[in-house]
Amino acid sequence: MPLYHTEDQAMLADTVTGFMADEGAIKQQLRHFRDMNCQDGFGHALWKQFAEMGLTGMLASEADGGLAMGHVEAGIVLREIGRNLTPSPFLTTSVMGVTALAGASDDLRGRWLPGVIAGDSVLAVAVDEGPKHRPERIACKAERAGNGFRLQGRKAFVVQGASADAIIVAARTSGSDDDADGITLFAVPKDAAGVVYENLRLVDSAMASNVTFDGVELDGDCVIGDVDGGRTLLNKVINAGRIGAAAELTGVGQGAFDITTAYLKTRKQFGQLIGEFQALQHRAAHLYSELEIAEAAVIKAQQLLDGGSERADLMVSVAKAKAAKACNLAVREGVQMHGGVGMTDEFDIGLYMKRDRSLSEFMGDQYYHAERVAQLSGY
Amino acid sequence: MSDLDAFRAEIRAWLEANCPAEMREPVRDEGDVCWGGRDFQFKSEAQKTWMERCAAKGYTVPDWPKPYGGAGMSPAEAKVWREECARIGARPPLSSFGIWMLGPALLKFGTEEQKVHYLNQIARGEIRWCQGYSEPGSGSDLVSLQTFGEDKGDHWVINGQKIWTSYADKADWIFCLVRTDKTNKYQGISFLLFDMTTPGVSTKPIKLISGNSPFCETFFDNVKVPKNQIVGDLNRGWDVAKYLLGHEREMISGAGGGDRLNAIGAVVARNGLEDPILRAELAQFDVDALAYACMGEKFLDEVKVGKAHPAQPNMMKYAGTELNKRRHELLMAAGGATALEWDSERTSGGTPSRSWLRTKANSIEGGSSEVMLNVISKRILDLPGA
Repeated sequence: MPLYHTEDQAMLADTVTGFMADEGAIKQQLRHFRDMNCQDGFGHALWKQFAEMGLTGMLASEADGGLAMGHVEAGIVLREIGRNLTPSPFLTTSVMGVTALAGASDDLRGRWLPGVIAGDSVLAVAVDEGPKHRPERIACKAERAGNGFRLQGRKAFVVQGASADAIIVAARTSGSDDDADGITLFAVPKDAAGVVYENLRLVDSAMASNVTFDGVELDGDCVIGDVDGGRTLLNKVINAGRIGAAAELTGVGQGAFDITTAYLKTRKQFGQLIGEFQALQHRAAHLYSELEIAEAAVIKAQQLLDGGSERADLMVSVAKAKAAKACNLAVREGVQMHGGVGMTDEFDIGLYMKRDRSLSEFMGDQYYHAERVAQLSGY
Repeated sequence: MSDLDAFRAEIRAWLEANCPAEMREPVRDEGDVCWGGRDFQFKSEAQKTWMERCAAKGYTVPDWPKPYGGAGMSPAEAKVWREECARIGARPPLSSFGIWMLGPALLKFGTEEQKVHYLNQIARGEIRWCQGYSEPGSGSDLVSLQTFGEDKGDHWVINGQKIWTSYADKADWIFCLVRTDKTNKYQGISFLLFDMTTPGVSTKPIKLISGNSPFCETFFDNVKVPKNQIVGDLNRGWDVAKYLLGHEREMISGAGGGDRLNAIGAVVARNGLEDPILRAELAQFDVDALAYACMGEKFLDEVKVGKAHPAQPNMMKYAGTELNKRRHELLMAAGGATALEWDSERTSGGTPSRSWLRTKANSIEGGSSEVMLNVISKRILDLPGA
């Protein structure tokens, strides 16, 4: 399969690019909801528009009312979300959440998917339990109780946690904290008794929560997939989040790069455009090459994931690490090349720097993924 | 089964039956590369058989048209060919500047007669070509070249000197940039082809820091070149030269495949990897190398259908060569004192250190990294005054 978009994918990209630039622009969305201190961190009206365009259910099966598309297509949307810094629950809901629900019973899908596809519901995913991404270690426990389970523990960095109608929680139902087996996924409704939220504004204005489950009683039909056998599905959900975040990062990097090169072509010092200085040209050209390479790694990993390749795990980590490295370079160079105005809130470049930081951390930073590349390569 | 699946099955079966086991071993050093040419000494019977079998099917140049010695494969078919060769670790049956550089230029700018004549020779490995571009006073500023061809009616008489001519001492013919009009800098250069045995051509190897001499100085003293050995129009050789440079940069970038795209951590770790900081550096390198391999694949896919930016080979060359230098720095660090050995048997005559030193030329030859960054700034990013 060639590493560029098919005609259908290119058409989707055209549509989404226009839509996000018009409706998802920084001023109307990110700045608007940030400045009003919105506790969701995103706009529900835009989420409804996502639904009208069919984006909310793009990964859901046709039988469930979705479009049965893949990670290449979801990545097209995420790249434009990244480019415009559009606040949206798309990644947690329509990418990770829908991936999780694909492994759920008819009843559970019927309970949550229609709301997601209609743009009325939001999902969050709770995996990590500390400040760093460590999905190998899951201590949050769900013990059998009555007809179901009792959930006890704490989850951190649950993006969109407070806005979510349901949180998909990876909990331990047997074994010890570091075991691969013994994991079960649950769809926990937001109003379940004993769910305690500590809602936090992040550096990029997004909202995330530390969520404590204090003896939360769940009936058995909240279980997604097999009891104790949830690791495989969890890995799918995590991979979807990683490659989605990587795609969004390439968009953030590209957006930062575009406004920076535009600035180089307008800002004058010493009587000439600063873009004429070779010192800046070479850095911009280097950055261009890093962004191109990151984009190639991302589309390769998307295709491998969609094709069910055994190399997908490795390439997803390559893509997340490379996208994070390239995007980070883009925002750091962006602020530096803007000079003093790059430090002001008025200019957008700083917003890109904040978003990069947050997205890089999400589902594993470049160090986590470089380590994983080493391990998967056998050293 | 789709046509492409059927094609894949056919290629797989052919490779299974025709690629000798020895030709599925990794290329260890320069001696394992099959360059072809009048005087080429095959290292083994297997190497000769492999080249000849491929040439007979057009597989030395799979995507060239059949009348010119190729197999006429579509982009998708050529990708299948590459994938299937990679799957069994098949070595390239034939490597040459004719395939990578002159061939594409002839396909675009050559006359029908030139294509039939020269391309078939290249595809069959009969003629080995070298490139006469750089001169002592014209490195990064290539267009200032001075080698002059004086018009003598039915031929030119060439005088001048080239430098960094790769394998000039082993090549049969040269494709050469020659000034044919001293009054016009860009539109005063012609692209000429001639036999290295023509009277007046001499070469002198240049000893490099690696101790090897892959490059030569090449001297032209009243060399007669017939008028039909020009590619493209008179004084428009710079157009051909630039187009060819794109392919040269693509070649040096490693985008076509081979060792330059490989991760190295797992290989290094086989001999033990005790230093955690080095391990971390290797992991970071592998991320970059595996990502660049995707870029190589994407670039080739896009080139074949005309989607790649025309200046993209410059980006590939820049990124690929910088990565390759980093690769060899890490291989030296991992090898420790053993990698320092200059002529020992167990290092096959100092392969680690000599290869490491050789890679330093990667970001200089074919346009330096600095020139690549200039070109990206100007042609891709459209930065002012670049």
